[in-house]
Amino acid sequence: MTLTTAPRRSDATAADRAARTRRDHGAWFLVLPALIPILLLSVGPLLYGIGLAFTDAQSGRTQATRFGGLLNFSDLFHDTLFWDSFRIGLVWAFGVTVPQFFLALGLALLLHLPLRLRWLARALAIIPWAMPEVVVGIMWRLVYHPDAGILNETLRGLGLSGATEGRDWLSGLATALPAVIVVGIWAGMPQTTVTLLAGLQHVPRELHEAAAMDGAGAWRRFRTVTWPALRPIALSVTALNFIWNFNSFALVFVLTDGGPGGRTRLPMLFAYEEAFRYGQFGYAATMGLAMVAVISVLLAVYLAGRLKGEDDR
Amino acid sequence: MSGTEDGGMEDGGMEGGGMGGAGLEGAREGSGAKAGATAGSATEDSGEKAGTTEDGAGEDGGSSDGGTGRRGTPTVRPAATAPARRAASPTARRTATRTGQYAALLAYLAFLAFPFLWLISTAFKPPRELGSIHPTWIPEAPTLENFRQAFAQQPLLAAAGNSLLAAALSALSAIVLATPMAYVLARYRNRLSRAATGWVVISQAFPLVLVIIPLFLILKGIHLVDSRIGLIMVYVVWSLPFALWMLTGYVRAVPPELEEAAAVDGAGRVRTLVSVTAPLLAPGIVATALFAFITAWNEFFFALVLLKSPGKQTLPVVLTHFLGTEGVADLGPLAAAALLATLPSLLLFAVIQRRITGGMLAGAVKN
Repeated sequence: MTLTTAPRRSDATAADRAARTRRDHGAWFLVLPALIPILLLSVGPLLYGIGLAFTDAQSGRTQATRFGGLLNFSDLFHDTLFWDSFRIGLVWAFGVTVPQFFLALGLALLLHLPLRLRWLARALAIIPWAMPEVVVGIMWRLVYHPDAGILNETLRGLGLSGATEGRDWLSGLATALPAVIVVGIWAGMPQTTVTLLAGLQHVPRELHEAAAMDGAGAWRRFRTVTWPALRPIALSVTALNFIWNFNSFALVFVLTDGGPGGRTRLPMLFAYEEAFRYGQFGYAATMGLAMVAVISVLLAVYLAGRLKGEDDR
Repeated sequence: MSGTEDGGMEDGGMEGGGMGGAGLEGAREGSGAKAGATAGSATEDSGEKAGTTEDGAGEDGGSSDGGTGRRGTPTVRPAATAPARRAASPTARRTATRTGQYAALLAYLAFLAFPFLWLISTAFKPPRELGSIHPTWIPEAPTLENFRQAFAQQPLLAAAGNSLLAAALSALSAIVLATPMAYVLARYRNRLSRAATGWVVISQAFPLVLVIIPLFLILKGIHLVDSRIGLIMVYVVWSLPFALWMLTGYVRAVPPELEEAAAVDGAGRVRTLVSVTAPLLAPGIVATALFAFITAWNEFFFALVLLKSPGKQTLPVVLTHFLGTEGVADLGPLAAAALLATLPSLLLFAVIQRRITGGMLAGAVKN
C-alpha cells in the first residue's frame, strides 16, 4: 500500500496550518453526499437482504413476516432444483472464465506485438464491451437461429449440414449450455484482454532481451519472464471474472430464460424466479446468501492476487 | 449482473484512470523497429507454432523475402551451412511467424465482429429474405422497413426517453455526489478511504438478488416501485462505487503541490478548488459521467424488477418484449430495435475508451 504525498510540512506557516485544519474539518463533511445514499440504499439493503434470508418473507402477504431461523437453509439444502442450478452456475462460470482467459491472453500477446491491425482490434473491442447485455443476447439469438441464423448456414456451407440441419442450438438439451457459454466468452473478451495487455506492458523489457540473448525461445521467454510478472494480474482478473459470471443474469435471461428444461438456469435466474415470479422473498435471499459463500472464496483469491501484485511492484 | 466488475482501487498505486494509459494500442511503438532488427525481441505468441519449424532455406542460398515463409517441404540442411544461408534462415522463420500472427489476429477480429455484422445485416433485410432457407450476409434488397415496424410494434420512443432520463439524471447525480468524496479519499488517507475501497469491491461482487429484494421492499414502502424516480435513485447509488473509484484516480493525478501553491498565494480553499483543481479534473469528470451514463443506459436487471408499466420501462426491457414466448417472433424489427438501442452506448464508449482502458490494471469494466 503506497501512500500519496501528504501536504509538506516544510514551509508551514501559521496561516497555512490554520487553512489545513479548516480543510480537515471540511473533509469529512465532503464525504456525506455520497456516504449517506450508499448507507441508505446499498449497505442497508444488503444487511436487510441477509436478514431476510432467515425469514419467511413473501410478496403480497397480509400477515407479518416471521423469523424462521435456519428453516430456509434446510429447505435449500434439500432442494434438488437449487443444487442443479448451483451446479449449472459453476459450470457456466468456469466454462466462460477459463477458456476466455486463454483466448484473451493469446489476443493480448498478439496486440503486444507491433502488428498493423491493432487499431481495428481496438475498435472492435468496443462492441462486446459497450453493448447492453440484452442486445448481446438478442444478437446471438439471431446467430443461433435454426433457420435464419448464420451459424447453421455457415455449417451448411462447410458441408456439415447433415448433423446440424435446422438444429436449434439454444433449445437442445445438450447444446444449450455450451451455446450460452460461447456467448459469455465473447461478451467478456475485451475487458479481459485489455487488463492482461496492461499487465504485459508492465513486464520489464530488459528481462526479455536478456533472456533472448541467452538464447531462450519464445515459449521459454514467456514461461520464465512474462508469466511470472503477469501471474498476480491473471489471478485477480480470473477471480473477478468468475464472480461476475457466477452472478450474471441478463445475458442468459434473454438467450434462453433458463431453458430448455432448466439446463441453463443460472443461480441468479433461479433466485429471480423465486422472488419475482413466485414471491418467495425470504427463500430467494437465502439463495443469494448461498451464492455469497462461493463468491467469498474467490474474493479472497482476488485480494491475495492484488496484494501480491502490489508487493511485486 | 450487469454493471461494473471492478478492480478495487489500490490504496495508492493506481494511476489516474485518464492519464495516458495505453489501451489496445500498446505503449511501445518503438518495438516495431526493434522487432525488425533483433530476432525475436518481441514477445512471440506462444500459441502460434506456425512457422517456427519452417526452415524456408531452399537450395538457392535463401532469398528469404518471399513473404509467405512457406515454401515447400523443409529440406534437411547439410551440417556445414554457408554463413549466408544461416543468416537467412531466421529471417524466413520470422516472416513465417509474422504470417501466423496475422492469421491468428484476423481470426480473433472475425470472432469479435461477426455477430455484430450479422445483427446489422438482419436489421436491413426485407421479410422475404429473413424467411429464406439460405440466409445471406449481404441483404439483396436492403430496406428500412424493419425500423418502421419496430417503432410500430413497441413504444420505442418512449422507452428511449425513459432510458435517456434515467441515464442522464443518474450520471449527473452520481458525479455531484461522488466528486467531493473522491477528493477526500484521494487527499486524506485514513480508515474511511480503506473502508470505501473495500466497499467498492464488495458491492460489485455481491449477487444482486440480495440487494434487489430489500430495495424492492423499501421502494414499495415509499411508493416508488414502478416509478422512474425510484429507478434513478437505485441507479445513482449503484453507480457511486465505480464513479468513486474512477474519480479518486483522477484526483490523485492532480499534484497536491498545485493546490498548496495556490493556498500559499492566498487563495481560499473554495477558490483553490474552483480555479486550480476543477479545470484539471474536468476531463476525468466527463469520462466518469459518460461511463455512468452508459452503464445506466444498458442496465437491465433493476429495470426489469422495478418497472412494470410499459410506458415507464427503459429500452433494454422493452427490447425483450420483441421476443415472443415462442422464441423470436419477428426477427427484422427485433434486430432493428436492438441496433438502435446499442448505438448510443457504442458512440459514447468510443469517446471514453482510452480513458477506461488506461490505468485499468485492477480489473475490467463489465457491462
